[in-house]
Amino acid sequence: MSALLPFAAAGNGLTDWLAGLFPAGVPFWILGLLGAVIAFALIMVFVSVLAMFSTWLERKVAGHIQVRYGPMRVGGWHGWAQAIADGVKLLIKEDIVLADADRALFKIAPCLVLGAALAAFVALPFGPNAIVADLDLGVFFILAVSSVTTLGVIMAGWGSNNKWSLYGAMREAAQVASYEIPLGLSLMMPVMYYGSLSLHRAGEMQADWFGLHWYVFSDSFWLAIPSFILFFTAALAETKRSPFDLPESESELVAGFHTEYSGIRFSFFFMEEYAAMYLMSAVGTAFWFGAWNFPGLELLAGSALYAPLAVTVFVVKSMILVFVMMWVRWTVPRIRIDQVMTMGYKYLTPLCLILVFLASVWEWAKAALTGA
Amino acid sequence: MGEVLAFWFFAALTIGCALLALLHRNVVNSAFALLGTLLGLAGFYVLLAADFLAMTQVLIYAGGILVLILFGLMLTPPVTNERRFGRILVAVAVVGLGAVAFWEKARGAVWHAAAREELAAPAGTVREIGLEFLRRDSWLLPFELASVVLLAGLVGAVYIARRRFPREDV
Repeated sequence: MSALLPFAAAGNGLTDWLAGLFPAGVPFWILGLLGAVIAFALIMVFVSVLAMFSTWLERKVAGHIQVRYGPMRVGGWHGWAQAIADGVKLLIKEDIVLADADRALFKIAPCLVLGAALAAFVALPFGPNAIVADLDLGVFFILAVSSVTTLGVIMAGWGSNNKWSLYGAMREAAQVASYEIPLGLSLMMPVMYYGSLSLHRAGEMQADWFGLHWYVFSDSFWLAIPSFILFFTAALAETKRSPFDLPESESELVAGFHTEYSGIRFSFFFMEEYAAMYLMSAVGTAFWFGAWNFPGLELLAGSALYAPLAVTVFVVKSMILVFVMMWVRWTVPRIRIDQVMTMGYKYLTPLCLILVFLASVWEWAKAALTGA
Repeated sequence: MGEVLAFWFFAALTIGCALLALLHRNVVNSAFALLGTLLGLAGFYVLLAADFLAMTQVLIYAGGILVLILFGLMLTPPVTNERRFGRILVAVAVVGLGAVAFWEKARGAVWHAAAREELAAPAGTVREIGLEFLRRDSWLLPFELASVVLLAGLVGAVYIARRRFPREDV
């Protein structure tokens, strides 16, 4: 094989599946390239559908929280075709590149932002065998790759040559760089519990107890619940969601870093936002809420229904967390930029450090007592 | 074959973006071009089977240091009357010196792929790095502690050097 082995070692990724389809002589890098193309197509389709569904859901949730209906007309039943209509509108809109913008940066930025978000999906386990590449680094890969998004947002803000865009980009840079620390630290608790960074491994380890041995129900539940709350707060800030939506706060900065974008480039930023929300929710699901495990699902193991049902369980669980993010957005007012920084550095980070200490003592004591 | 192709791809990305960073007139665009260089280096680490190092490179350099560099550049007034020729001269001198130093080392190196077998760690390197922290005769933990001391020094320096305004907001 090759030096790329640690990136596809465990034998349940897409490349390994492809390797089974071809004769043994086909070199690894051809399989890798083929796998990359297929993975990109799959992820792109998933994220497009996800973004369309999520915009519709977001508007419905917003409507019902504000005691109105939200979209009702397009398509008939509760305006289900609204998102498709919006998508078509964005596709046929004129693509405006400002005369005074930095053309290269202006055009690269949306692709970089969306590309980084899509790349992170590679390490997400949608089901026991539905993962593009079961990386040993798992969640660390997701954190690292999605941190490149920040750079794309700064690029958009700078390239637009507009002060509102630049303000948005600066806020984004400050906010995301600060919240990466509590986000990474809050993931340490489940990582210590599982003894692995791989999300797929986490899913496998939560399969006991008739599919209910989730981290939040385990003997470390008293660490799992606060660490999830910290993770979720930091994830809201990372994905620029309200109450941390300072980088694009409409009432202050027009639309923040994507003020000058229109048409398909704007929709790239839009898709990135929903992709990032789903990504964070999926990491939360995989680490805290049992990944694809659900009571009774194991009974179907071996049948043709098992894989699709496992994927459905995972996606539904993640979408519930996405719904909570929307719920928070329409309930909690936006906080000020200095409050954002105070919260990140003075509260979330120290609390995470305390939890990391407690978790290391607890997991060590458990291992010492059981003689593992 | 695959590795060779990947090597040339990452080499072109690294060097091309480095040249762009060096020669671009706008210093902010230079910083953005640095992204390609950093990602190319991460690709090299992957080829050397150092997966943890590669991802750390992306997280720390592309996601952290580069953002910091951009922050610094955007807050600094632009230099307009710079001498481009002088900059290229300095760059050539630095690259030349580096090449001489590298050549001295490179002459003795074994340019053979035979050593690659032991590089290909089957299941990643995080575990070994973690265990290295706990080994008694390892210098990894003291090394990391030194970086914590440096961080404390930096925070202290900022605290001493900051300008003090009378607080009105509280």
